[in-house]
Amino acid sequence: MIKYIIRRLITLVPIIIGVTLVVFTILEMTPGDPAKMMLGDGATLEQFEAFNEKFGLDKPFVSRFFNYILQLFTRFDFGTSWLTSRPVLDTLKARVPITLIIAVSSIAFASTIGVSLGVISAVKQYSKLDYVSRLTAMVLAAVPVFWLGMMLAILFALKLGWLPSSGTGSWKHYILPMMTLGLPYSARILRSTRGYMLEAVRQDFVRTARSKGVPERYVIWKHAFLNACLPVINTIGVYMGGLLGGAVVTENVFGCNGLGSFIINSVKRKDIPAVTGGTVFLAMIFALILLAVDILYAFVDPRIKARYTAKGAK
Amino acid sequence: MSPLQETIYRFSQNKVSLIGLAVVLLLIFIIIFGEFISPFENGVKQNIRMRLQGPSAEHWFGTDAYGRDIFTRVLHGTKYTMMIAFPATFIAEVIGIILGACAAFYSRWFDNILMRVLDVFQAIPGQLLALAVVAALGGSLFNLVIAMLIARIPASVRTARSIMLSLVGQEYIDAARSYGSRDYHLIFRHVIPNSLGAMIVSMTINLSAITLQVSSMSYIGLGVSPPTPEWGALLSEAREFIITAPHLIIFPGIAILLTALSFNLVGDGLRDALDPRLRD
Amino acid sequence: MDTLNNTLLKVENLHVVYKARRETVYAVNGVSFCLKKGETLGLVGETGAGKTTTAYAIMRVLPDRTARIVNGIIEFEGYNLLDVPENLMRHGIRGEKIAIIFQDPMSALNPIMKVGDQIAEALKFHNKEDLSPERIEEQVDRTLELVGIQKERKYDFPHQLSGGMKQRVVIAIALVCEPVLIIADEPTTALDVTIQAQVLAMIDELREKLGTAMILITHDLGIVAQMCDNVAIMYAGEIIEIGSVEDIYSGKMQHPYTAGLFGSLPDLEKKTDRLHPIEGLMPDPTDLPKGCKFNPRCPRCMDICRNVQPEFTVEGTHKVACHLYGSGKGRGIDE
Repeated sequence: MIKYIIRRLITLVPIIIGVTLVVFTILEMTPGDPAKMMLGDGATLEQFEAFNEKFGLDKPFVSRFFNYILQLFTRFDFGTSWLTSRPVLDTLKARVPITLIIAVSSIAFASTIGVSLGVISAVKQYSKLDYVSRLTAMVLAAVPVFWLGMMLAILFALKLGWLPSSGTGSWKHYILPMMTLGLPYSARILRSTRGYMLEAVRQDFVRTARSKGVPERYVIWKHAFLNACLPVINTIGVYMGGLLGGAVVTENVFGCNGLGSFIINSVKRKDIPAVTGGTVFLAMIFALILLAVDILYAFVDPRIKARYTAKGAK
Repeated sequence: MSPLQETIYRFSQNKVSLIGLAVVLLLIFIIIFGEFISPFENGVKQNIRMRLQGPSAEHWFGTDAYGRDIFTRVLHGTKYTMMIAFPATFIAEVIGIILGACAAFYSRWFDNILMRVLDVFQAIPGQLLALAVVAALGGSLFNLVIAMLIARIPASVRTARSIMLSLVGQEYIDAARSYGSRDYHLIFRHVIPNSLGAMIVSMTINLSAITLQVSSMSYIGLGVSPPTPEWGALLSEAREFIITAPHLIIFPGIAILLTALSFNLVGDGLRDALDPRLRD
Repeated sequence: MDTLNNTLLKVENLHVVYKARRETVYAVNGVSFCLKKGETLGLVGETGAGKTTTAYAIMRVLPDRTARIVNGIIEFEGYNLLDVPENLMRHGIRGEKIAIIFQDPMSALNPIMKVGDQIAEALKFHNKEDLSPERIEEQVDRTLELVGIQKERKYDFPHQLSGGMKQRVVIAIALVCEPVLIIADEPTTALDVTIQAQVLAMIDELREKLGTAMILITHDLGIVAQMCDNVAIMYAGEIIEIGSVEDIYSGKMQHPYTAGLFGSLPDLEKKTDRLHPIEGLMPDPTDLPKGCKFNPRCPRCMDICRNVQPEFTVEGTHKVACHLYGSGKGRGIDE
């Protein structure tokens, strides 16, 4: 099992390198001279040269890229901001907790609602509950996150005054972002779970369980649900990608200063190293999440577990 | 009945999807005839005395901070979203089919390399990829198309590849390849028409997702910028008036929601119609 | 029929339909038979004849959204199973008094549950003697031994077992509560030919040892000859011939369909160029023909066959539903 984890961790390395390459290349397309953008036209030639030298901008793309990778893997150096001249990592460390809280709370919220309603919806197919939840899920899955955020803010913060609408002071500040991001994803998770449960319930081994006289609730949860769990876990992992992207927007709506708003502001101010660092960092987090999902999957599914542990072969 | 007619028949039985299709057609109608419904000028004319009015007989959706008619602005906003969504989706699907077919049928080696490359692209959350593109090229209609394209192509390729592989098993391809490339081209000409149905479903998903993403980008100020009446941009303008004039927020948001929803409904209906399995 | 206290199961005029969105599938159309304690009844027929549906109807494990038992009585131990409330079926009948051995061992077992646990599950939910967990495990071990699997394998998952072993686990699950009736739905069809004989022999041995009655569903006449006391031939949802093994294999009357089944078997002794399958296909169950349902394919079809549903002609234990042997009367024009 440990071997499997280590092997998967190693495959992360080429992916991170690839991600960095993609981000680097895209951002390389930025027109204009960074030095001029940051220092303004009025600066002197020496100042431009100093800037370029400081940030290694006088070197060619390939060498810059290799240096970046080297720094990244040896010193966790995500680059230095053109604007503040401070390491991007500092900002990342300060801001990532906020983003993580939003992301984790949202996915927990979304999974809890989505999975449970999805199972119930599948078990009571064609019932009123099924139709209502599917309809609601359809609408919620199509709702723009930022708009939902504003509407929820109007309702809970302005009209009812229960929750604060911006900032990150207390736990209360995280409720609206959690619901804003969580509701659309709970809808998507509901639909996926329902689909997988419907499939699971039609499997032969469910019929075997029933014919043994197993009570229905065991048939649903112990047999059908545990089997449907596997693709559901997988799907939730994939949704994390969209969720992290959505967190970026949600931070903007609620004025939280997490990673997302950092990246957005850096984009607006053309602080390319900050954008690079932030994006690569978030991609790393996503890759780790997917890795965690894979490992969890291997733990839960005995067929996969068997492949990587001692007792496996027939 | 031919498979196509059967599919159309089954689709027409699904009332909810028909509603979705009706909305999509309405959107296309608005894009073409918008100017006749309410001229663009109405949304540009400023009238400070009439600013921030709620919905009325004269201004169906009310007016904004500059007294401009919101109904007209939302109406014309349709085309910006669609002008980005449709081309991006279409090009992404075409590239997806081409690369997907190559991956499925051309050579294992190419397939492996392509899958690794896609893994890398898909490791970056789509929103971030789009942000990176906009960071480099700036926000404009054209650049947004590029951004959406780059974000969506990996998924398109994977979908196309898996559809084609499911139609023609790997053993079949190996066998066909072993007795000459003649049958090989036949596979091509046979598989692509048969995957069209599933590809169209995937297109509707993309259209819906791009609609949401584009408006998000404009909302945070990195897409189309004011005064262009793109829906996300409209919502971005409306932010400061969230307390005083909530009607500014409701209508463009509903427009985005309805658009994304109707694409989803059409896609769902199509998926059910294509699937010959009886729905229990 | 025998004295009442020897009869275990009596199915009378069973009708089962499946309702899809726009059509109705007439799967079982008036099936009746009796089963005595310890007896084996072979239910023979082609795919689609309604054998599995009949079996599932007895256990009431038909898909409840589409299947409908529209008529009939299933008498078992004094109760009509069709009237018994669902929780009693679950608690007292299924797995405990009546058990099924399913056809496809590959999919009949839960892939993420240890096989020992799956066997124990049948015991746990019918724990009549309130056995402790240790005693339950002992019983599981004993049952595994009975089916020829080492008891260490109870910690394995289904994918770690071969096809034959999986089927033995399925059999173990069926037997662990020592039911009085086992329904074996083509228990060896999905297995290799070499394993088939083994598994069948084992089923036969166990059945004798435990005195269990059995309904053996199969399309293989060879198996029927080996293992069954009585045989019922099904076609298009009806039993068209029923009797003891001797009756069916060497009786004086023979339904043309049965003759066709026997005739399509390759004979080691006769030299022949081609096999002789029965011409045509089984009728569309949504659109069954009038009169005798076999009439479109019957080589000896008469006019009356096309219009009048044949009644059973009885000769001792042998019953055949065919106008060839009838006295001209029938059940009247079909609905």
